[in-house]
Amino acid sequence: MSKRIDVSDLNVYYGDFLAVEGVDMVIEARSITALIGPSGCGKSTFLRTLNRMHEVIPGARVEGKAVMDGMDLYGKGVDPVEVRRQVGMVFQRPNPFPTMSIADNVLAGVKLNNRRMPRALQAETVERALSGANLWNEVKDRLDRPGSSLSGGQQQRLCIARAIAVEPQVLLMDEPCSALDPISTLAIEDLMNDLKDEYTIVIVTHNMQQAARVSDRTGFFNIAGTGKPGHLIEMDDTSVMFSSPSEKATEDYISGRFG
Amino acid sequence: MARELTDTKEKPVSAVTGTETIRRGPAPGRVGNFVFKGLSSGAGILIVVLLGLVAGFLLYRAIPAITATRDQLEAVGFMRGESLLSYVLPLAFGTVLSSVIALVVAVPLSIGIALFISHYAPRRLAQGLGYLIDLLAAIPSVVFGLWGLSFLQPRVGPLFEWLSTNMGWFPPFSGYLGPAKNIAIASLVLAVMILPIITATIREVFLQTPRLHEEASLALGATRWEMIRQAVLPFGRSGIISAAMLGLGRALGETMAVLMVLAPGFLVNFYILRPGQHQSVAANIANQFPEASGLGADVLIATGLFLFVLTFVVNLAARWIINRRAEFSGAN
Amino acid sequence: MSAVTVPPKPVRRTRRLPRYVPWAVLAGSLALGALVSLLTGEVTVTGVVGFGAIVYVVAITVTSHVVEGARWAKDRLATTLVTAAFALATIPLISLVVLVVGNGVERLSWAFLNDDMVGIYGSMVEGGAFHAIIGTLLITGLASAVAIPLGLLTAIYLTEYATPGPLKRAITVLVDVMTGIPSIVAGLFAATLFMIVAGPQYKAGVIGAVALALLMTPVVVRSCEEMLRLVPNELREAAYALGVPKWLTVLKVVLRTAIAGITTGVMIAIARVIGETAPLLITVGIVANVNLNVWDGRMTTLPVYVYRQYAQGGASVDRAWAGALTLILIVMLLNLVARLVSKVFSPKGAR
Repeated sequence: MSKRIDVSDLNVYYGDFLAVEGVDMVIEARSITALIGPSGCGKSTFLRTLNRMHEVIPGARVEGKAVMDGMDLYGKGVDPVEVRRQVGMVFQRPNPFPTMSIADNVLAGVKLNNRRMPRALQAETVERALSGANLWNEVKDRLDRPGSSLSGGQQQRLCIARAIAVEPQVLLMDEPCSALDPISTLAIEDLMNDLKDEYTIVIVTHNMQQAARVSDRTGFFNIAGTGKPGHLIEMDDTSVMFSSPSEKATEDYISGRFG
Repeated sequence: MARELTDTKEKPVSAVTGTETIRRGPAPGRVGNFVFKGLSSGAGILIVVLLGLVAGFLLYRAIPAITATRDQLEAVGFMRGESLLSYVLPLAFGTVLSSVIALVVAVPLSIGIALFISHYAPRRLAQGLGYLIDLLAAIPSVVFGLWGLSFLQPRVGPLFEWLSTNMGWFPPFSGYLGPAKNIAIASLVLAVMILPIITATIREVFLQTPRLHEEASLALGATRWEMIRQAVLPFGRSGIISAAMLGLGRALGETMAVLMVLAPGFLVNFYILRPGQHQSVAANIANQFPEASGLGADVLIATGLFLFVLTFVVNLAARWIINRRAEFSGAN
Repeated sequence: MSAVTVPPKPVRRTRRLPRYVPWAVLAGSLALGALVSLLTGEVTVTGVVGFGAIVYVVAITVTSHVVEGARWAKDRLATTLVTAAFALATIPLISLVVLVVGNGVERLSWAFLNDDMVGIYGSMVEGGAFHAIIGTLLITGLASAVAIPLGLLTAIYLTEYATPGPLKRAITVLVDVMTGIPSIVAGLFAATLFMIVAGPQYKAGVIGAVALALLMTPVVVRSCEEMLRLVPNELREAAYALGVPKWLTVLKVVLRTAIAGITTGVMIAIARVIGETAPLLITVGIVANVNLNVWDGRMTTLPVYVYRQYAQGGASVDRAWAGALTLILIVMLLNLVARLVSKVFSPKGAR
């Protein structure tokens, strides 16, 4: 259950403001794609268009195409709610639901959608998702405690468990480690390596070492200046990007000369 | 910077004719979304309509009174042959006078209380003290009326007496007659009643004073009072003005305190210590409306419409000042 | 190069008053106040404290001016006045509670709470407020049944659905202005409405309920809106990212997270209107017996009961105080429970 996404000539607007322009990109199935670039270059904005989360912001709209295994995400009659069930997302700051227990957080995708699920299947789903997120052993004795009782790193893994419990095709991660300490970050990175056997993963990160460590392919976004739209400058295998990028801007960014 | 596609391994599959959608048919939650959005927008619109209805209905009943001839109004007993305008004028005067006196008492007091809570009281106590003042707002107005009659009246009586004997050369203080059932005591009760809302609004603004300004002032060796004068008060000026106007709006419309405490009269003068001189619009309605009918009720509704418009304008002005301030301060 | 020793610049020390001085001055002022009261006639608490306070303000400012200088004297004066303002504000609250409890507790009994006023006249000391309590609960309940859903839905519209524009601005401003509608005007509106719709002879509890609902709705909108805004956007996004439709997100995530705060706000709104007197005075009137039907006939409510009983004088005054105490107890209970709800049920942990 993992699909590839083809993006072609995608523009993102906030009202009249063109935020990201002309992105063509292939996101491979069962691999980790990292998006890097300086702040404000539109990489997070672009990421959100892959499950239409940008539509939460009033006035945001997209031109162009994003096709997931032959299915147009922006096709006529496609509901964003349906897209988001196929393309899950993990956010910058861990955001477990404060009113729910750990188990209920994992089952949130089911319960919030008013779907019925037999108890046995519920327990199975919780265990599978938490094991998948490398969290099961730490929390199996306190599944009914509130999700907010966990540490930051555990909360973020709980959010990953919550996302994979609805069995999406693709998992988007928007700087998932930027609010975490190094040890928790390592745990999440290990987890991503395990998850890529089953999921297509796209991660936005500010941390170039992280991109180099975990990703198979890397895309570099940049802007010419404030008020100008962001562009995808270059995309290639991670090893190529970090050793011999073909663009001067990429090399400058990766070697820390700006950004 | 030139945009260039360097992804050479795979050509982007823009040629894919992505016509196949994920799932056809009604999207999940579409009905729920429609119903829920409809309900909540409907509620919002209903509020606007409701306010329009209030004005509309009052106007509808007030028109007969406004257009009535002198002869028709003669028949309304409690008007004693006055025209509508000369009937409303002393009521409007009494309303404004009592509210303004209440404001003169309450605003400085509120600034003091707000400062005490925001800058003087120990941090840990501050919230509880604020809650204590808020409790005043929860007390029913009829109880304030009882309090005014049985606690305040005997205690301010001697003070009024003293003022009248020693400062009676100043006309407003002349001619006190006990027991105190004059507009001064009614205003004092009003002042206590509007204290919580003024204090709460001012306190909110004072707490938003930029820490940096306060610390900068203190670092230059200012005393606490100098810091407040340099940093807190200038920052809070428009907040104080709008708080005062909110309080004014409350005081203009408050009924029970005036109804219970004041011995009414229909004169226009500033003898604040004499009983039987003034009356407020609201108290007059409460007094007459249960027995009024026909044109008499229309006349009272017309005075009510006047009160509605007056408070509406005052409150609108208060909100306008608050909102304008919010835009400039960039606090939010 | 030899080190040049610069003699330390003398730090100019402000002479400050020792900590005990203000207290000593306060004690002295009060004593002086008592003395003056004694010489001029009767000694009352009001007189002693009032005179003492004035003496203290003058004495501490002068003392400070002499010892510490003008700047610190001003500071002390400000501190004194600010503290005095707060102390002054507690007087009404404390005196009010003492007064109502003191006058009301004697007459407040089980019988008072269970009796109505049928057959009570003249100087009879029996009778109670049962019918008034029932009337208050029914009318306030009906008003809440209208105002809470209306207010909550409007708050949801403003926080979750409205896009910035004229409609949103209009609703926000009008709700603000509506909180300032005089209660008597709300009563007039309800009375006018039913006069036109149901005829001038129609008297019923529902008229009062309409007036109270009009007063309550904006308060509910304000407090609910505030609570909904406190729900972090991240939770909404988390739900959307799981493929949850917007209405279920609002219902099961946003409202669920804010429910404690909303409950608190709603209860405080109820406490506000349950003591409203003027609109009920002119719409619902008063009767001696219990009326359970809000759709027909006059009803007695607790605030109006208190007002009428007091106005009658004589033996009725005791009933008025007992009624006032009952009313305050109900209001305080609502406030207390509201605070408890927000303390106990608000979501724990990091926001």
